[in-house]
Amino acid sequence: MNDNTPMISLQHVDKTLGGRKVLDDMSFDVGRGDSFVIVGGSGVGKSVTIKHIIGLIKPDRGHVVVDGQDITTMRPIDLNRFRRRFGMSFQEGALFDSMSVFENIAFPLRRHTKFTDSQIRERVDECLDMVHLEGVSSKRPSELSGGMRRRVGFARAISLKPAILLFDEPTTGLDPVISDVIADLIVEMDRTLNTTTVTITHDMKVAFKIADRVAMLYKGRIVEEGTPETFQQSQNPIVQQFIQGRAEGPLTE
Amino acid sequence: MNILERIGRVFIRLFEETGLWFRMLVRTFVWTFRPPFEGGEWLRQMVRVGVDSIPVVFLTTMFTGMVMALQTYNGFHRVHAENFVGSVVALAMLRELSPVLVALMVTGRVGSSMAAEIGTMRVTEQLDALEALATDPVHYLFVPRVIAGIVMLPLLTILGDALGVGGGYLVGVKLMGANPVIYEQNTYQFLQMNDVWSGLIKSAFFGLILTLTGCVRGYYTSGGAEGVGRATTAAVVSASLIILFTDFFLTKLLF
Repeated sequence: MNDNTPMISLQHVDKTLGGRKVLDDMSFDVGRGDSFVIVGGSGVGKSVTIKHIIGLIKPDRGHVVVDGQDITTMRPIDLNRFRRRFGMSFQEGALFDSMSVFENIAFPLRRHTKFTDSQIRERVDECLDMVHLEGVSSKRPSELSGGMRRRVGFARAISLKPAILLFDEPTTGLDPVISDVIADLIVEMDRTLNTTTVTITHDMKVAFKIADRVAMLYKGRIVEEGTPETFQQSQNPIVQQFIQGRAEGPLTE
Repeated sequence: MNILERIGRVFIRLFEETGLWFRMLVRTFVWTFRPPFEGGEWLRQMVRVGVDSIPVVFLTTMFTGMVMALQTYNGFHRVHAENFVGSVVALAMLRELSPVLVALMVTGRVGSSMAAEIGTMRVTEQLDALEALATDPVHYLFVPRVIAGIVMLPLLTILGDALGVGGGYLVGVKLMGANPVIYEQNTYQFLQMNDVWSGLIKSAFFGLILTLTGCVRGYYTSGGAEGVGRATTAAVVSASLIILFTDFFLTKLLF
């Protein structure tokens, strides 16, 4: 495969949910190894977008191509297998609350690898190291703070050494300090694991910190895309209103 | 909206949900034979459906057997047919009451909790997380639960059969003063093996219905905590209704 082909490519994706058109002719490409951040207000379809990338939601029209393969036309069982290349972190962590932290991270390893128990233990420790957590493996998700729960979610997402990492609102609901720690962690994981990373957030500070490229989602499509520097200097009033967090402007009209 | 539209809407929803139910049934069946097999999870669910339901089944079926004996004794006494109390209790328990009552009790206990559990996993994105970890929720969640239902319900029904007949014996002999030897003879006199099998086959179907309905209702939960509550209620109501419908048709068609 040619290295110039994008890792992830959404092509003219339409999606209507509950009678409302959430995505409207949405297209973008994410290059191999890039860290791509999608920003936008609440309820503009950020989560829906990221769920399209991993095939949790199917588009009404258009295609989602990942690593040269069209996942919109894939058979469910093939898609299921294809998903091992992804690691996804969910908004509130989405840890399995019937399992301990250790079992959460070991879950994909037990199901998809032939690792022995000691290999699994080793890999789980590695993953917890990677997210700078220790001494939590026997705890239940309900005993953890919000920031720790995100980190365990990250550890679970990277346990199968995915090529693509997806972060759905990684810092929502966390205090500014922990948000910054989490942002650093995402940068670190993106670099050391050499993954293609897609993050959605409405926190501009986080976005500028972790992004190679930033895109603004508005009314179901990308209205502006660029490096953090060009994005910041964009003349688009929508982008400027969002970056500065003003109440008046085209976003609130 | 006029009345015809309303009726039409109800029927369309009914057909949609029936279709969905059968589609999930097929998916569950297909995934049952695909590795990896989660042996531990299968056992855990069997304990949950079977072992943990024993106290409820114990009380329900024993008291039903007792009240059956009491009622038929009073009734049959009027036509001097007290001798048949044992037969009636045994036939009713084995063919009908034990399978259906056990199924309804387990629906309330387990079907509802499955809907609540899977529904909560839906609203907290744990089902999405499962899928993102290349694990089909039908494979990991539905299969062990449905298998547990199919295996454990007949076993619970056997227990219910014994307790129902035993409860009837207690009331008939100890309370109403029937002759123990004659009562026992009458209990077995008209029974055939078919009576036992028919009850057990029905209960296996009920086990499938109540677990799958619980899982499906949970799976299609939407709308937060309130949605989980709705799913739980719907699981119990629809599973109970389906059990009573299929009970009639299975009895009519097969036996």
